[in-house]
Amino acid sequence: MSRAGFPAAAAASLSNAQLRRNLGKATTTIRTKRGRVVDELDDWAALRDAGAAIKARALATLPEQLERLEAAVADAGGVVHWARDGIEANAIVARIAREHGADSVVKVKSLASDEIKMNEALAAQGIRAIETDLAELIVQLGHDRQSHILVPAIHRNRAEIRRLFERTIAAGTALSDDPPVLAEAARRHLRREFLSARVAVSGANFGVAETGAICVVESEGNGRMCLTLPEVLVTVMGIEKVIPEWRDLEVMLQLLPRSSTGERMNPYTSVWTGVREGDGPREFHLVLLDNGRTDVLADEVGRQALRCIRCSACLNVCPVYSRVGGHAYESVYPGPIGAILTPMLRGLDEAPSLPWASSLCGACYEACPVKIDIPSVLVHLRDRVTREVKPAHDPEGVAMRTVARVFGGRRRYEAAQRLARLGQGPLAKAPGPLSGWTAMRELPRVPEQSFREWWRERGAR
Amino acid sequence: MRVSLFITCFNDTLFPNVGRAVVELLERLGHTVAFPEEQTCCGQMHLNSGYAPEGRRLAERFERVFADAEVVVSPSASCVAMVREHCPAVRERVFELTELLVDVLGVEDVGASFPHRVTLHPTCHSLRLLHVGDRPLRLLRAVHGIDLVELDEAAECCGFGGTFAVKNADTSMAMLSDKLRRVLDTRAEVCTALDTSCLMHIGGALLRQRAGVRTVHVAEILAAQE
Repeated sequence: MSRAGFPAAAAASLSNAQLRRNLGKATTTIRTKRGRVVDELDDWAALRDAGAAIKARALATLPEQLERLEAAVADAGGVVHWARDGIEANAIVARIAREHGADSVVKVKSLASDEIKMNEALAAQGIRAIETDLAELIVQLGHDRQSHILVPAIHRNRAEIRRLFERTIAAGTALSDDPPVLAEAARRHLRREFLSARVAVSGANFGVAETGAICVVESEGNGRMCLTLPEVLVTVMGIEKVIPEWRDLEVMLQLLPRSSTGERMNPYTSVWTGVREGDGPREFHLVLLDNGRTDVLADEVGRQALRCIRCSACLNVCPVYSRVGGHAYESVYPGPIGAILTPMLRGLDEAPSLPWASSLCGACYEACPVKIDIPSVLVHLRDRVTREVKPAHDPEGVAMRTVARVFGGRRRYEAAQRLARLGQGPLAKAPGPLSGWTAMRELPRVPEQSFREWWRERGAR
Repeated sequence: MRVSLFITCFNDTLFPNVGRAVVELLERLGHTVAFPEEQTCCGQMHLNSGYAPEGRRLAERFERVFADAEVVVSPSASCVAMVREHCPAVRERVFELTELLVDVLGVEDVGASFPHRVTLHPTCHSLRLLHVGDRPLRLLRAVHGIDLVELDEAAECCGFGGTFAVKNADTSMAMLSDKLRRVLDTRAEVCTALDTSCLMHIGGALLRQRAGVRTVHVAEILAAQE
């Protein structure tokens, strides 16, 4: 993360009127759709409880579940690889591609692969990664960055996408801003890639320990193409994506589409178990990726972030995200979940401003289908940053500790109240620069009489 | 009933009228108000800003100060939410003002008169931490002469968030701009809420704009007899 951190990156995004409009419109639309399909279920609260419990159980027994998964995948003819970090995972994918003489791979949208910068790593090995999800393709063609978990090109509107396609995959053709026309241009381009690809790379929404089944949900059918056409399939799955039992999918597949796209059911749900003669890929590799996840698991308060099923409901309801957009979070995981996940995955000193990128309004917790108490984790991480990252004599820390001492005793507190009236002392000089406040708001004047002074005077009367 | 008032450091120092309104209102309804003068702060600012040990000490202090209180009332949803989470010894006995009126005292018409056009901003902590629901609206609807108008996208945060407003001033301002636009769209002359901190945020900007809309705590409306 850049040194200036979230506040500066956010300020840059906020001044972009087009971005604000694109984001405001898109998040409002998805938020409304989600509200409709959630409200129609009588047992939504029970489903959330069940979803949270399933993921909590998986995390509490993670080593056991991963070994069950490994054994089940191997039994079904798959090969399981363990990757401590992105470098190891990318090396495994590159090696498999090379072994099959592939100089390109087709990709299903995968946050895990974005997290470990797989496309760049493969490019360095002379292997071209082709994104096949429409929004990921838009991001890739524009040498852009993802700004949303589900809709990575949410910051682009139709006109921008038309101009991009006319420069790249549909060069020499005049397109229009009509979504079907744009989708058709992408489809023509992608069809050629699907039919010639020998290796596909995917992520995973769920990996079932009991059976070794891997599940990917998607909307466009590009995933189904990648998962069935090429000879070799490599799935890179974060270790927290494991769920213990096959029946757990029943709960998760109700929670996920409603929370993410606001649909009762997503258009394509692909589930496969190892390899099968005459059907689908002939070789299946599952790469189990840690990349900081066991560190997250070690944090008793923060570990609930690993329950995340990447639905992005928290982004769409977040008043910060819906104005600032994803780029300000400088991570593939933006929004409220990113504000807790990124610092824990990368290390607090890599993203120390993110735990403060929230007004603690609580909308994220309310929307989360697996009940991650994001505000509580944010508050916990703020405390960790103060203790573990900030210098001992940080001016804010000194001011806050002084104020705490003032609040620690009635006499000190009342003296500070009187000083504040003169514009002096620890209560008048609130922590942090006030220029941010006064840029848009008046400061209240400290009244002549505090409440307690009025109370005493009244009693004396 | 004897009710102990937790005024909050913020109201005590900056908005004493809110406390006076609570006292006047409860006394008018025939109750006795006590004010334990040892009280200072519940620790919310420290607990939410990354200073948990300091905040916890203040929360423990709060528990000691109110140890003997039968019922505690506070005109601050966010401080009550903090106390419920961090002060288990008094948790059951602490109520936000509208909770006390509706749930404990069983009253909705408090005999107030406030002939103004008013819109309610349901603050995040009253809505999503305390779940006060329609309690403030039920109390406000019973106020004589009031013209209560609905706020669009009411449940959305105003952008205050404590130190968020200074640490992420630009983002906070963007959120506040949208809240202001919606408040002004109602053509209300008064914006009210259960948290003075959010009102200071919204009101500070309305004042800067010379918008001619003032911010008033719900307690002040319920105490009013205009």
